[in-house]
Amino acid sequence: MSTISTDSGHGGPAQDERPYHEQYHAAHHFRNRDHEFDAVKMGVWLFLATEILLFSGMFCAYAVFRMLHPEAFINGSHYLDVEYGLINTLVLLLSSYTVAAGVRCAQVGDLRGLKRNILITLVCGVAFLAIKGIFEYGPKAMQGKLPGVFFSYPNAHDPNEPLWWGVYWVATGIHASHVIVGIGLFIWLYLRANKKHFGPRHYTAVEGVGLYWHIVDIVWIFLFPMLYLIH
Amino acid sequence: MSTIESLPTGHAHDHHDASYLTPKGGFWTTIIDWATTVDHKKIGVMYLVAILVMFFLGGVAALAVRMELFAPTAFEAGGVIKNQVLTGDGLAGGYQNYNRVMTLHGLIMVFLVIVPSVPASLGNFLLPLMIGAKDVAFPRLNLASWYIYLFGSMFAILAVLLGGVDTGWTFYTPYSTTTDAEYWRVVWMVLGAFILGFSSIFTGLNFVVTVHKLRAPGMGWFDMPLFVWGIYGAAVIQVLATPVVGITLLLMIFERLFRVGVFDPALGGDPVLFQHFFWFYSHPVVYVMILPGMAIMSELIAVFSRKKIFGYRAVAFSSLAIAGISFIVWGHHLFTSQGPVGAAVFSALTFLVAIPSAVKVFNWIATLYKGSIDLKTPMLYALSFLFLFSIGGLTGIYLGALSVDLQLHDTYFIVAHFHYVMMGGTIIAFVGGIHMWWPKMFGRMYNEFWARIGWAFVFVGFNVTFFPQFIMGSQGMPRRYADYVDEFTIYHVISTVGSWLLLVGFLIHLFVFLHSLVAGKKAPPNPWGALTLEWTHTGPTPIEHNFHHEPVVTHGPYDYDDVPPPQTRPGEFPMPDPLPEGAERH
Ligand code: HEM
Ligand SMILES: [Cu+2]
Repeated sequence: MSTISTDSGHGGPAQDERPYHEQYHAAHHFRNRDHEFDAVKMGVWLFLATEILLFSGMFCAYAVFRMLHPEAFINGSHYLDVEYGLINTLVLLLSSYTVAAGVRCAQVGDLRGLKRNILITLVCGVAFLAIKGIFEYGPKAMQGKLPGVFFSYPNAHDPNEPLWWGVYWVATGIHASHVIVGIGLFIWLYLRANKKHFGPRHYTAVEGVGLYWHIVDIVWIFLFPMLYLIH
Repeated sequence: MSTIESLPTGHAHDHHDASYLTPKGGFWTTIIDWATTVDHKKIGVMYLVAILVMFFLGGVAALAVRMELFAPTAFEAGGVIKNQVLTGDGLAGGYQNYNRVMTLHGLIMVFLVIVPSVPASLGNFLLPLMIGAKDVAFPRLNLASWYIYLFGSMFAILAVLLGGVDTGWTFYTPYSTTTDAEYWRVVWMVLGAFILGFSSIFTGLNFVVTVHKLRAPGMGWFDMPLFVWGIYGAAVIQVLATPVVGITLLLMIFERLFRVGVFDPALGGDPVLFQHFFWFYSHPVVYVMILPGMAIMSELIAVFSRKKIFGYRAVAFSSLAIAGISFIVWGHHLFTSQGPVGAAVFSALTFLVAIPSAVKVFNWIATLYKGSIDLKTPMLYALSFLFLFSIGGLTGIYLGALSVDLQLHDTYFIVAHFHYVMMGGTIIAFVGGIHMWWPKMFGRMYNEFWARIGWAFVFVGFNVTFFPQFIMGSQGMPRRYADYVDEFTIYHVISTVGSWLLLVGFLIHLFVFLHSLVAGKKAPPNPWGALTLEWTHTGPTPIEHNFHHEPVVTHGPYDYDDVPPPQTRPGEFPMPDPLPEGAERH
């Protein structure tokens, strides 16, 4: 979908000087650009539905185990550092704002603003992972607060704490892998923005990645209270 | 209401007149062209070939399973084992190999054959054509889903080469996470299933968007062929159910690799949670399997009885109803492992799902009534579907009844039930559909006489194989066993003989197809006198971009009484006599 259709009739062999987003017609099986935009957007929404369902399996597992072993879970959440969780929540909220602002910039043709916003979002994503890795995953792993049979923390209060750590690591791990994918997508967007691919008439990719990033954000908004706050 | 016009599309296109099958150049150019194509028709054909190959492999495993069960294992003096076909290290080793072959059969048939079968092959090929689109909404995603399918299959094959898994296709924990540990075989297999899930999601997503956004002008929701409705219903389930099995299988892999403990009772986990997760996907997915079969059925029945489908809207909405209800009945697979209240609720809900299925069956029968029925091979398969699926569906009701199921659970009755619906339903419709659309896909006719002979073997063979399984199941023969007491011998012998008849039938079909490719008569553009766009608006095989101009739809897909089929010779498909003034046709 990122190619310019050459057989669309207008322009002819003469060099077309207009920027990419103005030349862009639509893939051959769509009637026009709007038709394509509509279809892609619907596709992205459906994909996001599958993401929500993927995580709802995880939330469901959390609920079941919380019911089975309430002590282990109450105890477990005390091990987590609310401060880091909170900082990360703010980081992600900020990035959700900048990504939305980026879409707006593309719509009004402000390419510099678009690049700036993509960059900030990207930095936020990296910061999230850094904070999580350095201040949370690292120390926890050192103390043996690990899932299942790898659990070796000596001061456990409840025999089912290994399971709590299983849920914690898997849930946040799957979320973190989504953040990594998001970072990759923002690098891609940045490179394309650099080549002036986006503008008021063509910003489908920015919109799509933006929606994806909001979902990554929202999942964290649920994980944060579930894991850190509910005692 | 009776003409079809074409509107030129907005921008001029060069006219590629050649059939989509025309090679692009020399041998390697053609290979590369196919391997990198984003044309939904080529992708559909490649899927078809892959699925048929997998069907063959799964079939070989099935024949081996049936051979093992031909006779119960016996012992001669001195402890010599007799009648064990799948041998191994001693008696138990042989039994374990049986389990592996049986698991292999189930996994291949479910994940590599039936789930992708109709949507990925015929669906890919036909869906855009039927709604007058040039391609699916996301052609590159379509190609990606094909490669993901291959990639996922590779992991499954790897697991087999490393020795195979013996968990059954359901991977129940904690067995699947604690046994058979060498080489991570279960991990590879589950990873394969996980990856195949993405292929399935991408196909489904593509179809949903295509149906919503790419219909030709004049094609409202209720002008779509019912094939499209069925595929659409299945696609919705694929998108919404597959992610749940995705997370389940992912958790299982973590469980196996990192022992996170979620499904392991020794670590405080809950194995029944796995069953809930698994069936939350796998019950809806049985409708991913059957809805496309039903989709084919609506076309076969209407075309080969030359009648307007009875109750179009009822058939269309029942697809959606099935898709919806299928999400709330998963509990009937674990009547024995949940509390009595839950079981009773799920039992009641299960009965609901039979209603829309029956609505379809009754509408098809009503369509046949007073139609001019033409017993070509596709129609023979359609009639077989009606017969076999009814048996399969009705026995589903037995099983949905709680008290009956406690008796029949995990017996051969279950095996017979799901073969009657999955094979007697989906595969039978699939084979019928391949025959019907064969001329459109490859531009050649198949040999009707031999195809009918093949059908006869398949139909008889199917019933000989699976009907005895109802009987032995009701008498207590448990499923997934390599051996049995002598009382069941006669049923097993009949069943195994039936599997040979099936083999003969499918081999005949294979030869009919190969013969057609090499020496079949050239197909006319509309050999069955059908009214859907793929027959009325394309040549013997479609051109690369499907249509020269975006078609404009001016009549319904089943208006056989009013519209003489385009692209047929005059008088080839006679119209019914005109009705007296004021009368109505039914
Ligand atoms: C008419 C609607 C149907 C009803 C009421 C129904 C009911 C049931 C019930 C209650 C069971 C569980 C039995 C047990 O394990 O004790 C079952 C098993 C099964 N059904 Fe159906 N069914 C229906 C249609 C279908 C269809 C259309 C398919 C597939 C195309 C299908 C495939 C299966 C499979 C594969 C199993 C066994 C799974 C396993 O344990 O390995 N069913 N069915
Ligand atoms: Cu079921």
